[in-house]
Amino acid sequence: MSKISPELIAKRYRAEKRFRIYGMAAIAVTASFLLFLLVDLTLKAHPALFEHRLSVTVTPDQVAFADPAKADYAKLAKQTLSDLMPQVKDRAERKALLKLLSSGAADDLREKLMANPALIGTAVATDLLLSDGADQYLKGYVTQVRRTPGDASLSLAKSGEEWTANAAGLAEGTIIKAAGGALVIGAAGTAEVILSPQGDGPFMLQADEWQRVEFAVPASERGMDDRQILLLEALQDKGVLEKGLAWRFFAQGDSREAELAGIKGALFGSIMTVLLTLVTCLPIGVGAAVYLEEFAPKNRLTGFIEVNINNLAAVPSIIFGLLGLAVFLGTLGLPRSTPIVGGLVLALLVLPTIIIASRASLRSVPPSIKEAALGVGASHQQAVFHHILPMAIPGILTGTILGVARALGETAPLLMIGMVAFIADVPESFSDSAAVLPVQVFLWSDLPEAAFRSKTALAILVLLSVLFLLNATAIYLRRRFERRW
Amino acid sequence: MDTKPTLITPANPAIMQARPVKVRARHVNVFYGDKHAINDLSIDIPDRAVSAFIGPSGCGKSTFLRCINRMNDTIPTARVEGAITVDEQDIYDRSLDVVQLRANIGMVFQKPNPFPKSIYENVAYGPRIHGLAATKADLEGIVEKSLRRAGLWDEVKDRLQSPGTGLSGGQQQRLCIARAIAVDPEVILMDEPCSALDPIATARIEELIDELKQNYCIVIVTHSMQQAARVSQLTAFFHLGNLVEAGDTDVIFTNPQDRRTQDYITGRFG
Repeated sequence: MSKISPELIAKRYRAEKRFRIYGMAAIAVTASFLLFLLVDLTLKAHPALFEHRLSVTVTPDQVAFADPAKADYAKLAKQTLSDLMPQVKDRAERKALLKLLSSGAADDLREKLMANPALIGTAVATDLLLSDGADQYLKGYVTQVRRTPGDASLSLAKSGEEWTANAAGLAEGTIIKAAGGALVIGAAGTAEVILSPQGDGPFMLQADEWQRVEFAVPASERGMDDRQILLLEALQDKGVLEKGLAWRFFAQGDSREAELAGIKGALFGSIMTVLLTLVTCLPIGVGAAVYLEEFAPKNRLTGFIEVNINNLAAVPSIIFGLLGLAVFLGTLGLPRSTPIVGGLVLALLVLPTIIIASRASLRSVPPSIKEAALGVGASHQQAVFHHILPMAIPGILTGTILGVARALGETAPLLMIGMVAFIADVPESFSDSAAVLPVQVFLWSDLPEAAFRSKTALAILVLLSVLFLLNATAIYLRRRFERRW
Repeated sequence: MDTKPTLITPANPAIMQARPVKVRARHVNVFYGDKHAINDLSIDIPDRAVSAFIGPSGCGKSTFLRCINRMNDTIPTARVEGAITVDEQDIYDRSLDVVQLRANIGMVFQKPNPFPKSIYENVAYGPRIHGLAATKADLEGIVEKSLRRAGLWDEVKDRLQSPGTGLSGGQQQRLCIARAIAVDPEVILMDEPCSALDPIATARIEELIDELKQNYCIVIVTHSMQQAARVSQLTAFFHLGNLVEAGDTDVIFTNPQDRRTQDYITGRFG
């Protein structure tokens, strides 16, 4: 029979069970953090996927648009909007109305006409982009609005320039919507116009023909004043507003206007920067690793170099930024804020990681393979390049892509070389100024406009997607190279 | 060359009279750092015969084997003194190219170590890097010939492109032998080639070794005394870095001169 006491055996099983529970708890905690992050980001980001536009038909004038490159599109957009609201004649009202449009409202129209000048002089269906404030209101982020039908008949009349409004139980300060306009009730039956009614009246309105309007958030705490909201509501009542996918987020560079700001510039900047990082540090890193692992004599100097490579991997990234600032911008005079400098700085940062990963991978190739190659008369170099290196490639690739993924998310060193500047253009070459994704996130997260909050979240999701894509590539490549034999 | 051999061996092994000396070692000392692995070893190894090195673990037999194709060069701390000649050519001569030497002296290792490539590539690699085949057809001829000689052709001819690592252990070892003979060496060193194989695969390899001795000088390190008795014509017994005794296999096994040899082959130690 067994010489081991039953208690000892039970204790062993308990210890194992406990350990499994610890493990599962650790995984559950990690997974829930990740899930929380992703769900939170998705919820915050999804409004940025949509935008609100005015859907209109315009007829660009043959004379004014003779040269589609130089024509005044903004003027046409403003005119179109004014025509939609004929009762808006007052200066303040007109100003508020035009502020509903984005400063890039006519960009789509411009693009359309530039691509097809034959459309000039004909009726063109187009979209005019709304400002970020209007967009935010329509998405429901500015304020809740309560509309209650009138509880008595209302008489609305104009005497001179003043309006009077009379209805039973109408308190001072109430905002009413009536006759296509909106007014605030003042003292003793007077009313102040927010949005001019359609026509001069007098109007006799039944209880169900006018509404009381209340805003949940006071005017001082929101970006849109009462007039803008009521103008927007009037446009909405006309059915000219539409909600669409904000494709321009992926098709445009950064902008000061929240509704126009896009990720394309930063995405391209990141891709170019990381591409340059990869192209620079992969050959250098693998070359250094192969030399150190296979060819270098084992002496004090190589030992010293080895220790320092390991140390470099732990150096804070901002130090590499300072080094890049001094060497690439200062001594070599490369253009600041460009993918070429960013890529080189990140290459410095990633190089130690790649060397360490490559050496580990080379070391893990069984020595019997090297012996086999030497045994049939291969030279040392042939043994390394024909047999050891190919077998080490999966590990090298994994290390490289993890290093590059880290580079993709680095912000600090890029701040030092000027990549924190506001750059609206999409870079076309490695020496164009460019933004990168993490810096773009950093910049947007600092801006006051509410629209940038969702854009920040969406930019983070884009960054994470690129990272996931890179890691998936790493796994795919590793499988591919491993599966060969 | 030294005239006073230090071999403790019958003065004239019969095997040496019929065949020329292929590998000659004189006063070889090997050090791994401070460790004295081989102590003043001198031996003659005949051509077209199988010579077996036997002895307990750590006695230096593999170390000496790896001196013959200078595989010890890859160990930074290893140091070899004395002289080893192959066909009267000093292999530790400065002017000698070690790559050339290893192309001439094939090696089969303890654990089958095919390259993680196709069966064809495993065999074709050596001839290709040495430029032994002018055309693709030549190369295919060499591969077929080598696989036939290694007794593997019939088993793998239909799947030359499948990975060499997918073969069984015995087949892998025969593939390694095919790979070694593909570069047309004169000497084949085998470092315990059957220690990782089952008895059937072992028998197959032993048969193969017996056939190959028609054309090659074969040196085999083995832990199995039965194997040494079965396949070899000359046996050398190593103990604690010393070559204790060497001579005709049947003499060593039936009438050893040294007490230690006798104890070892009768299983009293080792």
